Amino acid sequence: MSSQTYKPGSYPNLPPPPGTVGVYGWIKNNLFSSISNSLLTIISAILLYYLIDGIIGWFFLDAVFDADSKIECRKIDSGACWAVITRRVGQFVYGFYPEVERWRIDVSFLTMFVAFAPLLYPDIPKRKWLLWFSAIYPVFAFILINGGFFGLAKIEYSLFGGFMLTVILGVSGIVCSLPLGIVLALGRQSKLTVVRTLSVCFIEFMRGVPLITLLFVASSMLNYFMPPGTNFSILVRVIIMFTFFSAAYIAEVIRGGIQAIPKGQYEAADALGMTYWQKTRFITLPQALKISIPGIMNTFIGLYKDTTLVVVIGLLDPLGIGRAALADTKWNGLSTETYLFVALFFFVSCFAMSRYSLWLESKLNTDHK
Amino acid sequence: MVNTKTKSITKPVIEIHGMHKWFGNFHVLKNISLAVNQGERIVICGPSGSGKSTLIRCINRLEVHQQGDIIVNDIELTGDLKNLEAIRSDVGMVFQSFNLFPHLTVLENCTLAPIWVKGLPKKEANELAMELLTRVKIPEQALKFPGQLSGGQQQRVAIARSLCMQPKIMLFDEPTSALDPEMIKEVLDTMIELAETGMTMLVVTHEMGFAKKVADSVIFMDEGEIIEQNDPKKFFNNPQNERTKLFLSQILNH
Ligand SMILES: Nc1ncnc2c1ncn2[C@@H]1O[C@H](COP(=O)(O)OP(=O)(O)O)[C@@H](O)[C@H]1O
Ligand SMILES: [Mg+2]
Repeated sequence: MSSQTYKPGSYPNLPPPPGTVGVYGWIKNNLFSSISNSLLTIISAILLYYLIDGIIGWFFLDAVFDADSKIECRKIDSGACWAVITRRVGQFVYGFYPEVERWRIDVSFLTMFVAFAPLLYPDIPKRKWLLWFSAIYPVFAFILINGGFFGLAKIEYSLFGGFMLTVILGVSGIVCSLPLGIVLALGRQSKLTVVRTLSVCFIEFMRGVPLITLLFVASSMLNYFMPPGTNFSILVRVIIMFTFFSAAYIAEVIRGGIQAIPKGQYEAADALGMTYWQKTRFITLPQALKISIPGIMNTFIGLYKDTTLVVVIGLLDPLGIGRAALADTKWNGLSTETYLFVALFFFVSCFAMSRYSLWLESKLNTDHK
Repeated sequence: MVNTKTKSITKPVIEIHGMHKWFGNFHVLKNISLAVNQGERIVICGPSGSGKSTLIRCINRLEVHQQGDIIVNDIELTGDLKNLEAIRSDVGMVFQSFNLFPHLTVLENCTLAPIWVKGLPKKEANELAMELLTRVKIPEQALKFPGQLSGGQQQRVAIARSLCMQPKIMLFDEPTSALDPEMIKEVLDTMIELAETGMTMLVVTHEMGFAKKVADSVIFMDEGEIIEQNDPKKFFNNPQNERTKLFLSQILNH
């Protein structure tokens, strides 16, 4: 082929040489590109085989899924004793929320996806209608979970626990901290000195204090600063603290996004006669938020995992439930199973957030479509 | 030659009297006086850093002058300007680096300001935008994003975006300087067509062919001053000032 001659201007597009593209090409280039690389590939494959073999054995093949105690587990098989989880799965999910009322949590949780869908996926059909539901969802969920209206029994906050508590704290904190973070980021860039100073002080204070301190403040002192007569429940106080804390981080992430926007964007908007708020809404925020997606998502995931810290002020998040289970003499010593289970729950939630953010980034990427 | 070159004797749409501007201590514009009539096309040239951009940016108040008067469309640009947005929507501007909004489609770039600044209904704004995109010969790109277009196409979109505000005056700040050579012509042709519609234009450019063809008057600036202003024939054939001669010899014979 290469010996053939073409008239200038008539050279055809030829396929690449064999073995450089496709599956075979990929394997050759990535796994066996040199002797040392090939060795490494083979050794890794062997290690991986033993590792996976052991993991599958312990997790599934030799595991016990139902038993009355750890001792009984050990009699049945040598692998994991998941009975500590299966026997207490209700507590892990709902805390001490009364069993007959648990449907209220289920309904709130499932409808949460309906409420989030139009916010997370802009192209969803019937979005306008769904957004109405998103708007009323907080009230809806509050009434359902908290009770005290429409004949629903009022449930004490002290009974909340488990994954349900994590989701309540995490989702409320995430939903509230994004708008607050945006306001703080804009405030920090404001031309008005008072607004700017207040924003800077708030951000720097929140970032300069460990979250756990804020939680102690929430549990003991926050009511002291509130107007007399108001008495927020501990749960609300904790949500406020999570919101403030992560809003400060989000504000800084978004500020980075705002500063990455070229000056020419504002000049073009100015030249078209746009006002400050029009520029903010149509030019600054869409671009700044898009740039900030990875950083914002990072903060969200951090907040979500930090909800486990509420265990220090006596709230029973999944770790707290796990510790209660381990304190039971029947299950004593099964911490590996317990903590792995809790870790799995967090991993699934956080991995979903992470994938969503990657999807959103690529969707909003208008540079090379 | 553009045939609308008859000077109208109406009141100037832009009047600048004894205007000065400083950046800190740096005296960037010195005693600028200039009058631009309705439909007049003025080309501004001069060495880099001479204050050309700053001058035209003062006209829509992207830069604020400290002394002298600038009157645009009978409204004086002063500190306590209430309706700056209104003035700006009458004065379109095209930048060297296009400055299109990358997160919006070409069509949305064109309709954003008409809808929100002028309050045009969306349907009308879309029709107007399509009409102007057709005028700059890229209606088929309306639903693409700026990043998918060539430089020349982007600059034509930027022109269409400005025209969608139906401005009375258009300012151009080196609109072809960031373009690859093969794209300069398409943008200049668009500008020439715009000139033929009778638009008042102030153009900072070093495209002397464009100046000869379109300008009613050419201004040469250096070190913050207007050194010379003349009609293009006299300006190019018989420049008066030594600095103008030097500048012209530098850009014409390279
Ligand atoms: N925002 C600014 N702050 C300080 N100096 C500036 C600013 N903008 C421009 N200058 C200076 O003012 C002078 C004139 O700039 P400019 O009007 O952009 O020149 P031109 O467009 O003729 O090349 C240059 O010396 C430039 O460095
Ligand atoms: Mg310039």
